[in-house]
Amino acid sequence: MSVGWLKSLTRPTAATGALLVGGWLVVALLSHMLAPYDPFHSMVPLMSPGALAPDGGTFWLGTDSLGRDVLSRLIYGARTVIVVATVATMTAYAVGVSTGLLAGYFRGRVDMILSFFANVILSFPVLVLYLVIIVALGASAANVVLAVTFGSAPAIFRIVRALTIDLRGRDFIAAAITQGESTWRILLVEILPNSSAALLVDFCLRLGYSAITMGVLGFLGLGLPPPTPDWGGMVNEGRTLAFAFPHLVLFPCLAISSLVLGLSLLADGLRQPAARVRRVA
Amino acid sequence: MSVPSLSGSGRWLGLRHRGAAAAEVDDAGPILTVEGLTVALPKGADRPLAVDNASLELRRGEILCVVGESGSGKSALSGAIMGAPAPGLRVAGGSVRLRGQELTRLSERAWCRIRGNRIAMIFQEPMAALNPAIPVGRQIMEVFELHDRKLTLSERRERALALLESMQLPDPERIFASYPHQLSGGQCQRVIVAMALAMSPEVLIADEPTTALDVTTQAQVLKLIRELRTIRGHAILFITHDFGVVAEIADRIAVMRHGCIIEVGVARDVLTQPQHPYTRELLAAVPSLVPPSDPGLVAAASKPVLAVTGLKKSYGRVNAVNEISFDLERGTTLSIVGESGCGKSSLARLIVRLTEPTAGRVDVNGKCFLTLTGAELRTSCRAVQMIFQDPFGSLNPLRRVGAVIARAAMLAGADRHTARDRAGELIDRVGLPREALERRPAAFSGGQKQRIGIARALAMNPDVLIADESLSALDASSQAQILALLRKLQNELGLAILLITHDLRVAAQISHRIAVMQAGRIVEIGPAARVINSPEHAYTRELLDSAPGRGLV
Repeated sequence: MSVGWLKSLTRPTAATGALLVGGWLVVALLSHMLAPYDPFHSMVPLMSPGALAPDGGTFWLGTDSLGRDVLSRLIYGARTVIVVATVATMTAYAVGVSTGLLAGYFRGRVDMILSFFANVILSFPVLVLYLVIIVALGASAANVVLAVTFGSAPAIFRIVRALTIDLRGRDFIAAAITQGESTWRILLVEILPNSSAALLVDFCLRLGYSAITMGVLGFLGLGLPPPTPDWGGMVNEGRTLAFAFPHLVLFPCLAISSLVLGLSLLADGLRQPAARVRRVA
Repeated sequence: MSVPSLSGSGRWLGLRHRGAAAAEVDDAGPILTVEGLTVALPKGADRPLAVDNASLELRRGEILCVVGESGSGKSALSGAIMGAPAPGLRVAGGSVRLRGQELTRLSERAWCRIRGNRIAMIFQEPMAALNPAIPVGRQIMEVFELHDRKLTLSERRERALALLESMQLPDPERIFASYPHQLSGGQCQRVIVAMALAMSPEVLIADEPTTALDVTTQAQVLKLIRELRTIRGHAILFITHDFGVVAEIADRIAVMRHGCIIEVGVARDVLTQPQHPYTRELLAAVPSLVPPSDPGLVAAASKPVLAVTGLKKSYGRVNAVNEISFDLERGTTLSIVGESGCGKSSLARLIVRLTEPTAGRVDVNGKCFLTLTGAELRTSCRAVQMIFQDPFGSLNPLRRVGAVIARAAMLAGADRHTARDRAGELIDRVGLPREALERRPAAFSGGQKQRIGIARALAMNPDVLIADESLSALDASSQAQILALLRKLQNELGLAILLITHDLRVAAQISHRIAVMQAGRIVEIGPAARVINSPEHAYTRELLDSAPGRGLV
């Protein structure tokens, strides 16, 4: 199985995806070594890409209205986005998987209540939901995580619930029950691993959605509080000057797109071997 | 030309019968000739060829049965003849001729004029072969739309109705307007047969057409197919793994193994004087309806290990299981026999408490089993273990066999170390190599998976083993092996076995007692030999009469 996933990386789509995502991961890990300048340090405002810096270096992607190096902020922003998006997605998964397993396994009243909450949240316009959460609790990394969790967990809940209902009917679950296996073990050892292939694909896609959500929140000024380097926030700050200085908006947008595109391609590449595993199961 | 009517309604006369007309020209020659047909499997399969150099001839008014176990290449053969090999398969050589016309090199367009028109197919799963969203009558009319554009709408309708009528279906008008889910499996299969016959094809290919049906329905469909041969003179290629069915229907038999046809001959000769050792082996594996004279009855005086009293399960007003009572003693086997939907599987699930009964009592070792909860239930459920029907669904595909069996032993109270030893000992006991412990279920065949399921159940040290249709998904030879294994385990361990099956032959092989179930009730229960030799209830007699191949013992 794991061999299948590794093999899928040799296909062009998956390989492109892995390359993009891997590239951003390296950038995030090595931000402090790769960034030419301190992302918070003000120098010469609104320099164009390629302009010479006072210290003899080059502002490869120009500077923003406060004179900070755009490239350095982009590089540090990668770290922010990847860390916060991953944490947010994992929190959403923790909530969605646990509730989904319970609802799908026990059905009945548990399922009714959990599904009701999921449907209520899903019926809210997402943006309004984010606005309410951030406005009520204030802009911080933790609240961004909370907002993303609220937005994503119901969808994950539904996927896990459906997979669990399917697996619940298999005879190997009946065998475990008749052998007196504990419910926790049935959920975590018999059911969850059998849904992992589908969930892995969804995780990749959802990581991308979380990155987009962060961009949207940042753009609305609801993201991480300034001066944290944040791609969405950079677009927001550069928005008013975008006609005269397009580099302020263009580069953060490209960064978001390339990361999300990479994750989508990776998910696509993983989908085929995952589907095969599901069929065998 | 006159074509005798199947139904006697005379509406058949309106149908053209090209097969019959052409047959007058060369009645003696074969209609379908297969010569040296070779079908290649994709690289990495367990053998290079699905069908290896197969040659057959099929004449008018003849049923040729192709028999073989699963994986013998019989379905690959039929797929190749139909010009539609399964994905991954490729016709690598040989020829298929329909009245002299070479078929293997036809274009897909040319094939469309032949498939459903001159060669038609009947499938294994009647429900799956029909579109669930379209009334069946319309689906039959579609065949005319494809192959005979000249017919008007009302003519098509009339012919579809006539076909349904000739299939001996009750109330054809109602069936015409019904959706597949409103019909029973047997009715659906007859609709499929009607569709296949719509254009009066010269050749009918039936791929395991009765495998998914109950014995009584199977008997009716087999009778229908026999009539198609005798009365309408179709040439029928009938693919099956069941020698009982073969004995019932075949004019000639071709036995396949590993893609090769190893024996072809007239039915009576092959059945009574098989030439090839493999054919003899297959025939020997067919369980007979005669119960063994002495099944080694352990003194039945002991207290029952399992006592079921007035067990009942209702869904709304329907009683799936209705007032079932029986005792099961140590070292004995009770078979519950009935058709699908009679409630026999529900009964098994009630006993192991996978579902909760509406009323009644289940006592295990003299202790009431149904009132137990929590930890007490968890320790007591050891005593009753189950082997499941579907070997593919009953094992977690991701877990190694050794871990599965050892885990069961640990649940029965063993520590980690002894559990691992026990897994090894059990895998020997069920006749699998030790290496099996390190593999995952996908690496095993159906019969081997059932052995693993048995080992898992035995790891709990059960007193009662419930086998819920555990043999029905297996080939005759694997069936015989598993039956022998169960008998051996029973003798060694004094297990009480509750065998749930639709197959009286299987029940006859192993049971001390047989209970016949119909519509949620036990209609007859008694010693195996008595129930089979002198059945008292009409339904038991009907089941016995429907068992295919009674002449074959």
